[in-house]
Order: sequence, then structure tokens, then C-alpha cells
Amino acid sequence: MGKAQPGRRRSRSDLGIALVFVAPALIGFVLFYLVPTVRGIYLSFTKYSTLSLADPKWVGTANYEAIAKDPLFWNALGVTLEYVVINIVLQTALALGLALLMHRVAKSTIIRGALLLPYLMANVIAALLWFWMLDYQIGIVNQIIEWIGLPRVAFFGSEEWAIPTQALINTWRHMGYTALLIFAGLQAIPNQVYEAAHLDGASAGQTFRKITLPLLRPVLVLVLVVTVIGSFQVFDTVAVTTQGGPINASRVIQYYIFQRAFTQHDFGYGSALAVILFLILALVAFIQMKFLRGNESDLD
Amino acid sequence: MPASTVTVRSHRPAPRRLNWRRAIAWTLLALAIAVSVLPFYWVLRTALSSNHALAANSANLLPADFSLGAFERVFGLQSPAQAVAEGGSGASINFWQYLANSLVFTGTTTICAVFFSSMAAYAFARLRWKGRNAVFSLFLGTMLVPPIFTALPNFLLVKNLGLLNTMLGLVLPYLFMTPFAIFFMRQFFLNMSREVEEAAMLDGARHWRIFFQIVLPNAAAPIATLALLTFMGQWNEYFWPLLVGSDESTRVLTVGLGVFKSQSPQGAPDWSGLMAATLVSALPVLILFAAFGKRIVNSIGFNGTK
Repeated sequence: MGKAQPGRRRSRSDLGIALVFVAPALIGFVLFYLVPTVRGIYLSFTKYSTLSLADPKWVGTANYEAIAKDPLFWNALGVTLEYVVINIVLQTALALGLALLMHRVAKSTIIRGALLLPYLMANVIAALLWFWMLDYQIGIVNQIIEWIGLPRVAFFGSEEWAIPTQALINTWRHMGYTALLIFAGLQAIPNQVYEAAHLDGASAGQTFRKITLPLLRPVLVLVLVVTVIGSFQVFDTVAVTTQGGPINASRVIQYYIFQRAFTQHDFGYGSALAVILFLILALVAFIQMKFLRGNESDLD
Repeated sequence: MPASTVTVRSHRPAPRRLNWRRAIAWTLLALAIAVSVLPFYWVLRTALSSNHALAANSANLLPADFSLGAFERVFGLQSPAQAVAEGGSGASINFWQYLANSLVFTGTTTICAVFFSSMAAYAFARLRWKGRNAVFSLFLGTMLVPPIFTALPNFLLVKNLGLLNTMLGLVLPYLFMTPFAIFFMRQFFLNMSREVEEAAMLDGARHWRIFFQIVLPNAAAPIATLALLTFMGQWNEYFWPLLVGSDESTRVLTVGLGVFKSQSPQGAPDWSGLMAATLVSALPVLILFAAFGKRIVNSIGFNGTK
């Protein structure tokens, strides 16, 4: 409308009062989101030890070059990817199944609430609870495994199980939440579509593949993105249970960043690792935008 | 069973009788609920067991050698000697201190963030000003920045301000806003009827008064939901409190649990004590869930389908 007049004060502008209303949030945004983002990028190009009193020293891309040759980084990336993949597959499949079950046999709030309970617990609590239940010696899960007649599993103590175990804990915590997201998507599909398919003689399998899945696509993409972004940032459960071990088996990226920055006080290197994590997540978000373009229109 | 043609007809309740397919569906659902809920029973059962009896009765469904000792240990009611005798580490657990810290951290950040975010959301939804959408997009964009990325510089800032291991340093980054809270409240304000505001405007009420006397009371329900979600999220927060509040004086329950775990002896951990502490730490969320379960459950669809 008023693009011809660049003056701030137009007759119907509430700019003054709006600034008052936005001020506190703006302060928080600038101080704790905007400036730290810029500073984090800057720090990634410096050598900066929080132990010494020296200021950050500009070293250009040295940190990134070191990361490219850092076997621990590549290990962390691989381990994290393994975790992400197990999570995506398990969580999406289980949640989709659960959502369909809820949609068909029981929409009760109590059932939904029961499934949501793990999600409301802190990661730390989920981690400790399963640390106990999966204990090699006297954990109930290993009791059951032995009772079935299988050999006990060193869930946290073996290199091959460390990451799948972390992923299982996370799946347990998020399964119900993800199912509820998909369930909400199912609820939004109009009944007439199903009735029409039924009249046309479509089988349940066909209905699912031709109607349910395509109409669920936006929700499923959202679920995948939330799962991937969340999974890349796993930290709490690892920190409380395996602390990256055994050897390097569960040293995920975020835990590696934590160790470099806060245990070894190498803030420059830690920041560079964080930038890389940031870039990975931005890529995931970019793919999301491409898939979900239609949903972006509600910025009026 | 032959691989039968699956002919279940979507969700229409036409034949409501209990056929075998329905039975399988219910069984699977019951299994999922059991997997979600039963671990909490196991935590309770362990917490009520005596540490030394656990190993011999590891698959017993009832508490092994029923004892409240674990809870006494958590609440600091046992002497160190007695605690060690029952399998504890003997190190004192300042449970009440951690609880108070958790309450202050969670309470302060929830109240302030919800209030300031509501104010900002009101400006984004109801006021006309240049650059509104650009600023909102910028705010929203911060949802994409991974928390650990800003945590490093934020840690330096708090450290340079000399606020490490202070409550102020702990709450500061969460105090003014969260992108999600602004987004959440804006969605509600966008759908609010303009008539109420305009009627008040004719009476000569200023925006400030409109916000406090008309908008906020009308938004009580979404504000309560947001406060609930924020409270639970903050209560469960671990990473930032671990960085900034690792001292006893500022240690919150999640961090305390981690310390409790790492203190227990490697060979024979204090399982019942650990589970008692876990349960007590989860209690506030469990209580909120019991009281407002429906509201929490119904808020979940919000993210996915607007």
C-alpha cells in the first residue's frame, strides 16, 4: 500500500506501541539468538581456549581443515547417522502403525495419554530408567531375554549395541508423540474420500497406498524432519549412560562438540563442529521447505 | 493363518462385532500401551525394593524386600553410614536444594517467557507496523538454529558477565522469549475476533489496557496450555543447566540425577536409590499430566496440522 511513502509514521501504523510490545522478546532474540549465532560462526575461525586468558586468535579455516582430517569427527558423524537412520525407520513405522490403530479401534484420550507419557519425561529420566531395565546382570529385559532362551545382551557395554540401544530409548520416548502427530493428520482426511474408494471397490491395501499415504504426506514429511533434526542433536541419553563409549561407539556429534568445547576447553574447534552440525540441519530444513512449500503461506 | 486378503474397511463402524482382526488390533495397541507405561511401574517397584535384595529377585514383579530406604536416601533422611550400608554412595544428595533450583529455574522462565512471548505475539498478530512480517520471520528462523550452536557463545557471555553458577545466568537465555511460544500465541491471536478490540477502542482504551483487560483474559486457555508445555520442557532441560549450573547451589534435578548416577559405585550401583530419585524428579510432570492430561494431549496435533 504505502510503499511510495517511506516515512515511519503513517496514519494507521502502530509502530510505536508495537515496539514496546516486542521490546523484551527483541532483547532476548538479539542477545541470545542473533549475536550468539554470528559469534559462533566467528569463533569457528579462531583458536580459543577458555582456559587461557588470551582472546580468540583468528586462524582462518584451520579448524575446518583439522576436522576434515579428524577420525573422531568422521566416527561421530557415522555414529550419529546410524542413530538417525534407526530412529527414522523405527519411529516412523511404529508411529504410523499406532496412529492407524488408534484411528480405527480407539480414539480415546486415555489411550493417547498413555502413549504420550514417555514423551513427557526428561531424556535423563528415560535414560536412567532404561539404564536400569537394560542392565546386563539384573535388568528385567535381560531376564526376559534369558527366559526366552536367548543370550544376554550388553546393551550399553558392547560396541555394536551402544547406538541401537540409544535409538531404542529415543524411539520409546517419542513413539507416542509421533503417533499423535500422524493421528492428527489422519483425523483431517475427510471421510467421503474413503467412502468413495469403498464404493469403487478398492481394497484396504489400495486405499492405504492410494489415499491415506498421499494425503498424509505433509504430516509424514513434518514427522521425518522433526525426527531427523531431533536425532542429530542427541546428547542427554548418551551423556547419562554411555558417555560416548564403549571406546568411540556412541560418541555422537553433539557429545563430541561438548567434549571439545567444555572438557578440552577448545572453543574454536567446538564451534567449528557446531557450524557443521548447523549446516547439516539447515540442509534438512531446506529439504523440508521444498517438500512443504504449500504450508508456508500463512505468513499473511 | 493364511495370508488373508485384508478387507478391513477403513474406520467405518459398520460391523461392530469383535472379530479376530479387531482383537489383533486391540492386542497390538495394548502392547504399545504396556511398553509405554509399564517401565514406570518397574521404576516404582525398584524404588520400593531393598538394594541388596534386587539381585536375587531381579524378575520378581513385586518389590524385593519392601523398603522405603531408597526414598529416605533421596530425601537426605539417612545418615551417610546407613546410606552406604544400604548401597548408597554415602555422598550427600541435596535433593531439596535441587528441587528448589528446578522450581525457580522452571517457574521463572515459564512465567517470563510466556508473558513476554504473548506480548510480542500480540504485536505480530494485531498491530500494524512496518517490517512486522520480516521481524516475525527472523524470530521464527531461530527455531532452526540448533540449541548447542548458540549454547557455546551464550556460555561465554554468561561466563564473561560473571554469572556462571548463578540462577540469573541459568534463566537468562530463556527469559525473554522462545520462538515456539511466540508462534503458538500468534496463531491464537490471529483468530481472535476484532470486534472486542474495536469496541474497547471506541471507549478510548489504549493498546496497553486492551492487552491486559481484554486480550489476555480471552486468551486464558491457550496461555495455560503454553505455560504447561513450557513448564514441562524447562523441567526436563538438561544441557544448558549442565553447562551453567553445575555447582551444588544451582544444580537442577536433571543434572543432579546425572551426578547421582555417576557417583554410585560402578560394580553395584544404588539401583533403588537411583530409581527413587528418578521417580521423585518425574513427579511434578506426572502430577501435571494427571491434572491436565486432556489439554496436553490435545495440544499435540497443533504442531502438525494447523
